[in-house]
Amino acid sequence: MALFEFELPNPNTVNPVTNLGEADQVRRSASSVPPPARQLTPVAKLIDVSKCIGCKACQSACLEWNDKRADIGTFFGSYDNPADLTPEMFTLMRFTEWVNPETQDLEWLIRKDGCMHCEDPGCLKACPAPGAIVQYSNGIVDFVHENCIGCGYCVKGCPFNIPRISPVDHRAYKCTLCSDRVAVGQGPACAKACPTHAITFGTKDEMKAHAETRIKDLKSRGYNNAGLYDPPGVGGTHVMYVLHHADKPKIYANLPKDPHISLLVDIWKGAAKYVGMAAMGAFAAIGVLHYLVEGPSTVSPEDEESAKRLTGSGRS
Amino acid sequence: MTAYDVEPGDSVHPGDPVKVDRYTGTARINHWITATCLVLLALSGLALFHPWLFFLSNLFGGGQNTRAFHPWIGVVLFFSFFGLFLRFWRANLWKREDFTWLVQLPDVLADREEKLPEVGKYNAGQKAVFWLMSILILVLISSGFVIWDQYFSGFTTIEQKRLAVLAHAAAAVIIICVWIVHVYAAIWVRGTIGAMTRGQVTGGWAWRHHRKWLKELIGGKA
Repeated sequence: MALFEFELPNPNTVNPVTNLGEADQVRRSASSVPPPARQLTPVAKLIDVSKCIGCKACQSACLEWNDKRADIGTFFGSYDNPADLTPEMFTLMRFTEWVNPETQDLEWLIRKDGCMHCEDPGCLKACPAPGAIVQYSNGIVDFVHENCIGCGYCVKGCPFNIPRISPVDHRAYKCTLCSDRVAVGQGPACAKACPTHAITFGTKDEMKAHAETRIKDLKSRGYNNAGLYDPPGVGGTHVMYVLHHADKPKIYANLPKDPHISLLVDIWKGAAKYVGMAAMGAFAAIGVLHYLVEGPSTVSPEDEESAKRLTGSGRS
Repeated sequence: MTAYDVEPGDSVHPGDPVKVDRYTGTARINHWITATCLVLLALSGLALFHPWLFFLSNLFGGGQNTRAFHPWIGVVLFFSFFGLFLRFWRANLWKREDFTWLVQLPDVLADREEKLPEVGKYNAGQKAVFWLMSILILVLISSGFVIWDQYFSGFTTIEQKRLAVLAHAAAAVIIICVWIVHVYAAIWVRGTIGAMTRGQVTGGWAWRHHRKWLKELIGGKA
């Protein structure tokens, strides 16, 4: 497969067709959407970790496109810069120096971290604000900042520790998969900027097929455990990795082996909501019913007389 | 002699009808600050608990304000309730007759008070409300700090936050149910609400519902 097969074409700037409007939403936080009239082709970003050279062009392109400026950080003994994802930095190259126990070779693993755009998004499930998180029929999960209330529930829902709450405007931020670019037929800024085509973008089927060729190549070069990271625990993702050691995703800066929405979040957003509403409703209903059946408990004149006798007052 | 359940300010005024001072002015103010906080917390908390109730966030000026105000109201409630706790804990100590009272709950609900043991300033139901509120408020304030992201997000792991948010929701549901019982009992048992507004109940009310307490008050005077 040719190296530049997934070179992204420049956009048509004359009357571009836009999608990813409200009509293309398939899920909307804390609310429901009518089934969309059309189904967009699912898209995916494929990050081939084996081809990454750690140049951080993707980070620069991300800041540039989203018009964000990260603070100047401090050195803490790693090439990671900034140290973690921030409300401005939606994607981050995480560097790991790993000694392969089989070969004793030092391997420099560089994983571009960021939102995975889960098919079953935990952030959206946890979000209490109607319409603050939406999912489009092409698979993109997007934050709608004007609806965000800054509660941080998405942070608890996410199996990948991605969303960050801005201390400035108290809203959650993460990678949008450049939904504003994809909406007009372009690919994400990071994919556009990647000099080695370690980041490619296309339909999910294309990206899976492309990954197959990459995995075959890696296996032919001795990486017997090379594979695709498209975790089924979250229904698959619209950002996928080609890993040379797909059997050990943990070595790539703690990429979870079998991510899924936490059971605690499932209970909180499932059973607890229904049992809780039912319990509060039942207590109120029992109160009303008891009052209707029993009537008020009143103090009788005899009770008042007894009190008077006891205090020795007003004896008649 | 002072019984464990006679609180400062409790006293009997002979007359027609007999009047009994049940709560001092400061106790009443303390109670209503706590009550206001609890209602505001329930409304703002429910807005974030279920999408059906998100409209309640409009009462606080939108979702962002609801999110920002809720924890601060919680802090006020915590200190306010702590004041009530210091005032009332002694009189709410669990006694032998409280078990009998609880076992005879059907008689309580059917208003057959004559079949129940004489009770002091608080009956077992009121004591249960007091202790449940105390425990649940501790759970709510501690889990609340864990999920108060604006100031405390860096102190705990995400897994701890998940546990805290579930505990917070569960404790909130229970405390709202306890609150419903508390408010309903005050409405159902006529003559009760005056204790928390004007501070007084009638002698007949005290005779019917808290006879041991009334006897202690008169005995203490004699």
